[in-house]
Amino acid sequence: MNFETSDDRRMLADSLARYLADACPIAARAELAYAAPWHSEAAWSGLTELGVFYALACEEAGGMGGTGFDISIVFEQLGRALCPEPVLPMLLGLRLLAAAGRDVAPVLDGQPVAVGIGELDAPYDLDGIETRAQAGRLTGRKSLVYGGAGAARLLIAAWSEGKLALFEVKAEDAQVTGYGMIDGGPAAEVFLDDTPGTLVLADARGALEDALDAGALALCAEALGAMEIVQGLLVDYLKTRKQFGQPIGAFQALQHRAIDLGIEIEQARSIVILAAAAEGGPEFAKRAAQAKFLVGQIARQVSEEAIQMHGGIGITWDYPLAHFAKRLVMIDAQLGDTDWHLERLMTALTQR
Amino acid sequence: MDLNFSPEEQAFQAEVRAFLSEALPTEIADRVGRGEGPTREDMERWHGILNDRGWLAGTWPKAHGGQDWGPIHLHIFEEECAKFNAPRIVPFGTKMLGPVLQKFGTPAQQAEYLPRILDGRDWWCQGYSEPGAGSDLASLKTRADPDGDVYVVNGQKTWTTLGQYANRIFCLVRTGFDGKPQEGISFLLIDLDTPGIEMRPIRLIEGGYEVNEVFFTDVRVPVANLVGEENMGWTIAKYLLGHERTNIAGTGFSVQALAQVKALARQVKRGGKALIENPLFAARVARVEAELEAVKITNLRMLSKAASGGELGAEPSMLKIKGTEIRQELNDLARRALGPAAAPFPSEDLDNLAIAPQGHGHNASGYFNNRKISIYGGSNEIQRNILGKLAFRGG
Repeated sequence: MNFETSDDRRMLADSLARYLADACPIAARAELAYAAPWHSEAAWSGLTELGVFYALACEEAGGMGGTGFDISIVFEQLGRALCPEPVLPMLLGLRLLAAAGRDVAPVLDGQPVAVGIGELDAPYDLDGIETRAQAGRLTGRKSLVYGGAGAARLLIAAWSEGKLALFEVKAEDAQVTGYGMIDGGPAAEVFLDDTPGTLVLADARGALEDALDAGALALCAEALGAMEIVQGLLVDYLKTRKQFGQPIGAFQALQHRAIDLGIEIEQARSIVILAAAAEGGPEFAKRAAQAKFLVGQIARQVSEEAIQMHGGIGITWDYPLAHFAKRLVMIDAQLGDTDWHLERLMTALTQR
Repeated sequence: MDLNFSPEEQAFQAEVRAFLSEALPTEIADRVGRGEGPTREDMERWHGILNDRGWLAGTWPKAHGGQDWGPIHLHIFEEECAKFNAPRIVPFGTKMLGPVLQKFGTPAQQAEYLPRILDGRDWWCQGYSEPGAGSDLASLKTRADPDGDVYVVNGQKTWTTLGQYANRIFCLVRTGFDGKPQEGISFLLIDLDTPGIEMRPIRLIEGGYEVNEVFFTDVRVPVANLVGEENMGWTIAKYLLGHERTNIAGTGFSVQALAQVKALARQVKRGGKALIENPLFAARVARVEAELEAVKITNLRMLSKAASGGELGAEPSMLKIKGTEIRQELNDLARRALGPAAAPFPSEDLDNLAIAPQGHGHNASGYFNNRKISIYGGSNEIQRNILGKLAFRGG
């Protein structure tokens, strides 16, 4: 048994942390993540140069990682920095393209890819997808396409000949309307109306499920990083904010609540480790669902409690907590919320 | 035991409903219902409509332009207003300063200020909290030093709600420096046009502006603007807190929010079915509905006690805690029901994309903004301190 992070990954985490502290300070983030293009082109280049996308792709595809722990180490750092760069769709795109045996070299070198799977009436459920392809032309609407505002290449899940298939669509051929998110960062609505697309995978269900599980793991790791920063902010605040002649952290009622958050964050770390270890194996779907379910619950509790214990300052734009709290709450709505993943786990119980 | 309003109260309820369906402008109710909040003009217009009907400050004595409403009539009025998506009456003049002046003000202060609250010439805001005095309000440091027939005010207030629209502020200021901190506080009325005052907006978590910091530098305030006697401010502040309490559970807002969540969950589709058919989501709605039904009765029990002249103890604090928790849970469900469609930053450009169903584009903003309700007006932690004191230290 060994819970140590390998030296290679430790070095990646450290260099990523150093880079993001410099390139993505929270005060600048509070401006740029909420105004078009909702992220920083310079930070995107920086992440590319650091080899972040290589770390997210497996060696067979030309990458240098792609395992569960590579994913978790990168996204934990992105979460700690509250980085609004659309790295998540790159992870999904790399996995999907690699599953199809496509050349991912341009993507490894930072060419933005976005992935359109969810739709308005089926944000999480592959069976609910309504977008269809016929003779290489796609019709439908993809909603909340993360990173879709700036990506020239779109990977689109659509029904074709009775199977869920994956197509590549050029953004210039579709109608793409970009917008910013309440927690910062770019997304888009993608409208397809008899839009030409190239078939990537004729039967993409397995690859899509794997990519979504990897995405769920990534979001959990991002939340974990963000929660640890929030816990640090909270404990510092409780130690320094004085009311009634003493630091408010001297009050046992608040100590207990802050400690409860610490316990929950350790639970989050453990379930992220478990899910990361399961990547590539038969239990990955279950572990990813368990992680996304637990982290969704914990992230809401951490956000709400940290705000409450800060008081008014916690809901001001100029204090970092507000932005971490927004991200932590909204992460739940990405790639399946708490209830959605709990239902997956419930369904699996009855199928045994 | 009879859980119903009296025939007279039911008649009043019907009268309020009839008035609201007639007099509340649709566009204002729509804006409130969508969570875009009322605009300044909406609030001023609605105040004017209510004042014409004599209902802007219904609890005030008739002699001052009110209706002498007791707590049950006020409750009925506020519940119905919430259900109709009427803008909340800005409370600083009508519910806070008005009662203070009626109890502690001089006849001259009453004659000068009360009519101006009703007709909208004055928009009051509140200067209580300071950066170093939040939950521990009595430690406030903004000072007022006498200099002939004026006080010279120096210091900083914060969390001043809607101060950007106000022309006057009532403040707690320090005039005494010996003894317990509560004993050296005075209640002062200040014209915001006086030189030396600067109002700076504070941007909140969801991006909106509704609270402010107020800086006072050598601000000269006539001694005649003191309410009550010098160093009596804490007594006044405590009296005033009692007047914030009847609507403290906000059950009208919750009733309205629950109806909206149910309608939304019937409209939103998941897996080919309406979201309300999803057992996990339905369980969330059913749970909070049971909680809400219980707190509505707790609220009525308090009102009934208050209306029959009973002394309130723990009730307002309990209602503040439970009522805000329920409202926040409903805000969570309104956001949760949308899934990722709650995520776009609200903007008019998005309206024709119809990502969230119409009227729900602000659900996430509302959730984040309403974290404030368990913090302001005495945080839920302070309410628990009050309850703890009552239970374990005999008040």
